[in-house]
Formats: sequence, C-alpha cells, structure tokens
Amino acid sequence: MKNRKFITMFVLILSLGTLLAACGSDDKGSDSDNKDGDTEDFTAAMVTDIGGVDDKSFNQSSWEGLQEWGKEHGYSKGEGIDYAQSNDKADYMPNLNRLIREDYNLIFGIGFELKEDLEKVAGQYDDKHFAIVDDEIDAPNVASIMFKEHEGSFLVGVAAAMKTETNKVGFVGGIDSPLINKFESGFIAGVKSVNPDIEVEVEYAESFGAPDKGKIIASNMYSNGADVIYHSSGGTGNGVFNQAKDLKQNDPDRDIWVIGVDRDQYDEGQIGDDNVTLTSMIKRVDVAVEDVSNQAMDGDFPGGELLEFGLKDDAIGFATTNEEAITEEIIDTVNEWEEKILDGDIDVPQTRDETKEFVDSL
Amino acid sequence: MTTNRLISILIPIISVILGLIAGAIIMLISGHNPIEGYAALWNGAFGDQYTLGETIRRTTPYIFTGLAVAFAFRSGLFNIGAEGQVMVGWLAAVWVGLAVDAPMYIHLPLALITAAAAGAVWGFVPGLLKAKLGVHEVIVTIMMNYIALYSMNAIIRNVLTEKKTTTAEIHGSASLASEWLQSITYFSRMHYGILIALFAAIIMWFIIQRTSIGYELKAVGFNRHASKYAGMNVSKNIILSMVIAGAFAGLGGAMEGLGTYGTVSVMSGFTNLGFDGIAVALLGGNNAFGVVLAAILFGALKEGAGQMPTGAGVPTELVDIIIALIILFVASSYIIRWALLRFKKEGK
Repeated sequence: MKNRKFITMFVLILSLGTLLAACGSDDKGSDSDNKDGDTEDFTAAMVTDIGGVDDKSFNQSSWEGLQEWGKEHGYSKGEGIDYAQSNDKADYMPNLNRLIREDYNLIFGIGFELKEDLEKVAGQYDDKHFAIVDDEIDAPNVASIMFKEHEGSFLVGVAAAMKTETNKVGFVGGIDSPLINKFESGFIAGVKSVNPDIEVEVEYAESFGAPDKGKIIASNMYSNGADVIYHSSGGTGNGVFNQAKDLKQNDPDRDIWVIGVDRDQYDEGQIGDDNVTLTSMIKRVDVAVEDVSNQAMDGDFPGGELLEFGLKDDAIGFATTNEEAITEEIIDTVNEWEEKILDGDIDVPQTRDETKEFVDSL
Repeated sequence: MTTNRLISILIPIISVILGLIAGAIIMLISGHNPIEGYAALWNGAFGDQYTLGETIRRTTPYIFTGLAVAFAFRSGLFNIGAEGQVMVGWLAAVWVGLAVDAPMYIHLPLALITAAAAGAVWGFVPGLLKAKLGVHEVIVTIMMNYIALYSMNAIIRNVLTEKKTTTAEIHGSASLASEWLQSITYFSRMHYGILIALFAAIIMWFIIQRTSIGYELKAVGFNRHASKYAGMNVSKNIILSMVIAGAFAGLGGAMEGLGTYGTVSVMSGFTNLGFDGIAVALLGGNNAFGVVLAAILFGALKEGAGQMPTGAGVPTELVDIIIALIILFVASSYIIRWALLRFKKEGK
C-alpha cells in the first residue's frame, strides 16, 4: 500500500513538472516567433572558443567590438547582438546552430578551433554570412579574418630585449599550433634582433583556458631567471599575470614583467602601486569584427575573402600605457623597428623554420 | 526485496527532482525566471529535430563511458580512467579510419575493434597492477589519463599530421555518420553510434546477469576473499573487468571519432566524457539500463544547458551550478535512502 502512495506522489510531481515545462515552452515559442516577424534588421552574433567571453583577451575583445557595433545601431545583448559561450569543443557546433536558428544574419567564429565546425555549418546554410577569426576558410559565404601577429610580436620582442636585465625572457603559448607559432616566431625574432645573446625560453600550456598551468609555467620561468614573459595564451595568461603579481607583492623591488596579448592588459598587471604589465601586443579583433559587421550590413560582405590586418591597418600595435616601465627610449627603438617592418626591410618570420633562418642570418 | 528495488529506482528520480528544485531556487535568488530557464533547457534538448538529434549524439558516448565505469564498479573497481580510455579509443579509431583502405563492412568494424582494443589496453595496465601488485586502480587510472592525453597530442602533431592540430577527415567507409539521419534532423551530427551504444548496454546486461563470467565478476566485487575461498581466480577477474570496461570506453571514443567529428584534434584538456561517465554510472545505479537512462538525462542536460544563456538569459556559470547540484544530490543518495527508510518506518 505504502508503495502505491509513493508512486502516485511521484507520478504527480513528474506530471506537474512536465506540465510546467510544456507551458513554458509554448510561451517561449510564440515569443520568438513574434521577434522573428518584427525585426528585419541586420543582426550579428559570435561563438566564443573555450577561453570564454571574459578571457580578458581575444574573445573579450571580439565581444567588445560587437557591442560597439551594436551600440552604433541601437542593439543590446539578446536584441540584435549576442554571444554563445563554449565550454568545450563539443559545444561549438550546437552553439553555431543555435545562433543560426535564432536567425542572426552574420555569425562570427572566434578562434581557429572553430574552423572545422564553421566550415561544415557554412556549407549547410549557404544563405547565411559567417566570419572566422584567426583562420582561413575557403567558402563563398565565409569571410576569413587574420592578423599579422608576428609583426606585433616582433615589436614587443624588441621591447622585452630592451627591458631585460637577466638576458633571459620567456614565451608562454596557448596551444602549440601554426597560429601561436606566429607569435612565438615574431617574438624570438624581435628579441634576437636587438641582442642575439638573449635566451628565450618557450613553453606551451596546451590550453587557452588553464590559468593554473599558466601560473606554474610562469613560476618556473621567473625562478629560472627570466624577467620578462610574453604570453599568448588567452585565458591561460591570467595565471601568468597572477604569478608575476604574487612575486611583485612579496618583493616590490624585484623587476619582473609580463607582456600582454590581444588587448591592452595594463589593468591585469596592477598590484598595489606597481604594475607588472610592460606592454601588450595589441590585436584589434574588435576593429576587425566591427569592420566586417558594418560591411556585411551595407551589403558588401567580403565573403570568400581573406582579410589580413597588420601594422599598416593599425590593427596590430603595442601598448604604451605603463609609462614608468616602457620608457621613451624603448618606445623610440620599437618605433624604429616598426618603420623597418613597414618599409619592408625586415621580413618577420612566421614559423619555427623561418625563425631559425632569421636568427642564423643575424 | 521489492521495496529495496523501488527505493533504488526512486533515489535517482528524487535526486534529479531535488537538483532541479535547488537550481530553480538559485535562479530565483539571482533574479531569473526558473520556469523560463527550464523551458529553455527543455527546448535546447528536445525543442526540434536538430536539438533532438544533437541530444542523442551527446548521449551516445555517455552510454559507453557510463557502462565502462559501471562495469568495473560491479567488480568493486573504480575506473576513473574512462577519460583516457576514451581518448585512446578515439585516436585509434581515427587512425584506422585514415590509414586503412577497405570496403565498409571490413573498415568500420575494424576501426571499432581497434578502438575497443586500445581502450582495453588502457584498462589492462591498471587492472594488471591492481591484481598483481595491489596498486590502487584510482591512482593508476588517473595517471593513465594524462599519459593518454599527452601521447595523443604528440601523435596527432607528429605522426598523423605535420604539426597541425587536427587530422584529416576519415574515409567514408569507416564513418558512422549518416546523411539520412542528418537530413531528418536539420544537419545535426546524429549518427548510427546510438544503435551500437544500446547494443553494448544489452551486452553488459547479458555478461553481468546471464554468464558465469559475470557471476564471478560480481562475486569478486561483493567479497574478494570469499571469492578466492570459493576457488575463483581473483586476479584474472580484476584484469578482465578492467579490460572489458576499457573496451567500452574505447568504443565511446570511437563514437566521437567515427561519428561526431570524423577527425581527432589536439586537446587542451580532458573531454570530460569519462568523468561524466562516473556520474552517469552513479545515477544509473551501475545497472546497464539505468546507465542508458542516466546517459539520456546527461545528454539532455548538457545539450539543453547551451540554450539557457541565449534563450532565457541565465548565465552559463549558473547552468553549470545547476547541473553540478543534480550530481551532488545523486552522490548524496545515501541521505535520500536514509530519509526514505525513516519515512517508511514512521509510516508503519
């Protein structure tokens, strides 16, 4: 008898739950139908990679660009612009499809990790516009946005070489991949161009979202005598900043520096009255995102094209926010090298093989 | 007996309900509408053909990893290594898919068998160490996960590709993907693997319940010393259990490699398929059919969760908390069992 009571109770609860869920879904359905009917405007959304939208770096910069674009056209999150955050690789495809079904006109895939999935989706929905950042997809409805990160990395490499006192600097990469190798190559070339005797220690965390690993690697590098670390590892880099700030807090006289990436990471380096951010390699993903959104809105979407943003387009640069650290002398030198790159006197290497050649020829 | 059975069915159901209620309270506190949130969750998992297809796709590997953990648990072993076994299975399946050229009826089974074998080897090592040297399988399997992760990344970079992060697509003859299934589900990545997964669940049930091997495995799980006294070869059974568990997880990896992606990529961290498999096995009461149901629940929760931020404005972090709460309540099933029994006694 008791059992029967139990069962009745749970059947009741379960059916109640289903009922509620059903009501809810009806509401939601009609709601989104209305929205589709009302708005005929051009909308855009993005899918982050696993770094997440608050990675203080590249995803965040993209979202800032999209928000900026939204502001110009009176959109806010959920109304005309949106992002879908991916927690792991398996989320990319559902996230892309989710945004497609919500009828966004232009969808950005942020990061080379989304390449395969975006390629598939673009083939399936050829009436939609897509854009991929940091990789190239050959499809008529996909714009490929790439940056000359090696040029910017070269410049911060020069700054690192000027700043180091131990003649040892470090590089922390996200995933060992052709893209991050561009950062590494440019950085090494920049450092060695100033002083070939400076040692560059290179480590990869194998993740863009593992601050714990970033912290351990940074800890090792600093204790091995490196005093400047350039990170190019998205969210992992927060661990690098963390370690540098910890060391700085314990010993404010110690000169250790971090070079940020993608955005000006000055704020990330603030600890008390000190700031450990020497400079940042700025990659204006926000500019590119805004740019492409506007072009698409105006009807000349650069589908099938490879858009390369570099020093020339002011989409790559370095930050001079930390005036105490990055002195006039350093800035002048970096500018000199920048001129040389712009004039074509230097061909900044992009791969490890090219770097080896470049360094040997110095 | 029947009340025991009833209770073991009730516990997971109550856990899920408690988890959902706790999630609703959290949503209320943080100023979101729980009904809207759960409606988005439901729509994200079963709203249309696409999400339904994706939910089934996501469920498929969970069934395998759930079985892998549940099977080992039946012999009293904690297989924390399903994660690594998934990865080696995935890698092996894609490797065969790329390297071999054969008609489908040879190629596909070969890829699946290789994946199962790779997973089995990954289960064999901790099984052997446990049986012969008494090394605790939890530690060994955890370490084996890391070995799998980093070896896999190295092999992808240096053997399967030239310094790239993703391999080429496997040959069509090894693929589980089906254009027909995709076309009826608006291009979801649903594939035939779900049939293999259900078949695997039946196999597990059959081995455990209907064969003398299964009887011995269970006996070892209940009482190692008594089994030995009864003349069973305990070492053999421990190893066998880990090998079969590893094979299940390896097949789970093959589902991703041959079905969902058709490729294997350098991974920055664990896939979590294996770790979630622990929760799936727990929720499913280490029973083959329970595992299938729990895997469906997990697949639906994970798939639907993605809809909550865009559909109802619930932040992703909150979704993770809600899912974690459900697992927490499942894990604390002992408390629910105690409460149920207490409730029962007082009722009498």
